[in-house]
Amino acid sequence: MSGTKIKGLDLTTIREEFPVLDQQVNGKPLVYFDNAATTQKPKAVIDSLVSYYSSYNANIHRGIHTLAEKATAAFESTREAIRAFINASSTEEIIFTKGTTESINLVAATWGKENIQKGDEIIVSGLEHHSNMVPWQILANEKGATVKIIPVNENGELILTELNNLITAKTKIIALNHVSNALGTINPIAEVIKIAHSKNVKVLVDGAQAVSHLDIDVQKLDADFYAFSGHKMYGPTGIGILYGKKALLEEMPPYQGGGEMIKEVTYASCSFNELPYKFEAGTPNIADAIALKASVDFINRFGKPAIREVENQLLDYATQKLSAIPGLTIKGTAKEKVSVISFVIEGIHHQDLGILLDQEGIAVRTGHHCTQPLMGHFGITGTARASFAVYNTFEEIDRLEAGIKKAVKMLK
Amino acid sequence: MSTAEKTVKEIQNQIVEEFSFFDEWDEKYAYLIELGKKLEILDPSHKTEEKKIKGCQSQVWLNSYLKDDKIFYQADSDAVIVKGLVSLLVRVFSGHPPAEVAQADIDFIDEIGLKQHLSPTRSNGLVSMLKQMKLDAVAYQALLQSKQ
Repeated sequence: MSGTKIKGLDLTTIREEFPVLDQQVNGKPLVYFDNAATTQKPKAVIDSLVSYYSSYNANIHRGIHTLAEKATAAFESTREAIRAFINASSTEEIIFTKGTTESINLVAATWGKENIQKGDEIIVSGLEHHSNMVPWQILANEKGATVKIIPVNENGELILTELNNLITAKTKIIALNHVSNALGTINPIAEVIKIAHSKNVKVLVDGAQAVSHLDIDVQKLDADFYAFSGHKMYGPTGIGILYGKKALLEEMPPYQGGGEMIKEVTYASCSFNELPYKFEAGTPNIADAIALKASVDFINRFGKPAIREVENQLLDYATQKLSAIPGLTIKGTAKEKVSVISFVIEGIHHQDLGILLDQEGIAVRTGHHCTQPLMGHFGITGTARASFAVYNTFEEIDRLEAGIKKAVKMLK
Repeated sequence: MSTAEKTVKEIQNQIVEEFSFFDEWDEKYAYLIELGKKLEILDPSHKTEEKKIKGCQSQVWLNSYLKDDKIFYQADSDAVIVKGLVSLLVRVFSGHPPAEVAQADIDFIDEIGLKQHLSPTRSNGLVSMLKQMKLDAVAYQALLQSKQ
């Protein structure tokens, strides 16, 4: 694929923007296929971090000096960029967190605390990452509520017809991912939200695996909450977003106490700050928040349709190549999926495969992908997962195919 | 000198020497895989939840017992490369006084170029297995001391 252009994207140039890709691992050129875990960072993102620390490191919002003004402006300009990126109606709806997991925990701990009572029901999907299951289990345990599961079919798709049976008068919220990290399935969240809202149930979408691939319009989706991380969209680690509808966020109690989330404090009491600051106690992750803007700019420069085009071609090519390997079965064959291939090979443990591929310089993820209930559903302990990003190439998929064949030969 | 009379350190040196014959990584791993496949079968009665050491990716079952005041280990894993590494640890630690095992430094895995398998990652049951082997040795050491 290198050298070819898809819809005006020069892929050779894109690759050059990622310094980490230009290295050898175990004596072989690196093939990085663990993008669903975290994507690599373009130079613009790295430069943005360096620039903040080397020229305008300062605490934000309170300082009146020049560096503080500059840092505050940069921090807030990311908020605006994220607002536009997911088409939220206001920057008040964009809350900085440290990642998807914290975003979900924030909702469980605040909205959940106020709205979930004994006997209530929370629905999650059978495709959830532990991050979007455990916070709800903790909440349910605390409150005496129950967690119900939307079942999954053999292709790794949600059985949506079951949703109507699952929702009862006790159901308060549905939490599900937009895209499954383990299988790549794209869930019909617009439909889920429609069904949920018709029954007065709120919906939280875990968008961690969706933001770098799919166009997100939270208003069109009518999502109540949408959570995601910077590091899976070519941005820094340690910074994430919680989108919430303004009316909901306003009703929610604060998450943590401390600077920035307060308006006024006396020894006896305090009043809480306006949105979004009410949920941003303490000095935030300023550098990473600022650098997140560079990753939004990176994605916007090409547009997600063009990025998807590249990734879909890689997915089709890899699906075709890997399916032809004897004994290999792809887990997750949903009609709608992103560029993730999760697979098992008969008689071979995924960890052995991962170790041998690593020796060839090929990074894949192996294990249960923090989705143990889903793996249980398929009757397996884990899979090997190759997940593609815009900088990957057909040649790299050829190397994966050869690496798998070699590993199988060694292990059989 | 038979294997049983060698010290933990001497057996480690022997393994390092064996691995030094391999120039390429695939030969090294092929040998590990072979060792894994050859590891003495762990009696199914020992494959219990209690004896399972959980890693994020593979599982290891570890059993230990005392015989003539020496500690012996038996183990199994669902992943064959881990099983190969486990077989090396079993070979290094089995048949020694518990006190020696409890105090032994393990450096051969690094020296044969397999250090990544002892990195502090959750994916890896091997670090937990090594820790458990040492804990068992400490427990047997205490047991022996109480008898004296």
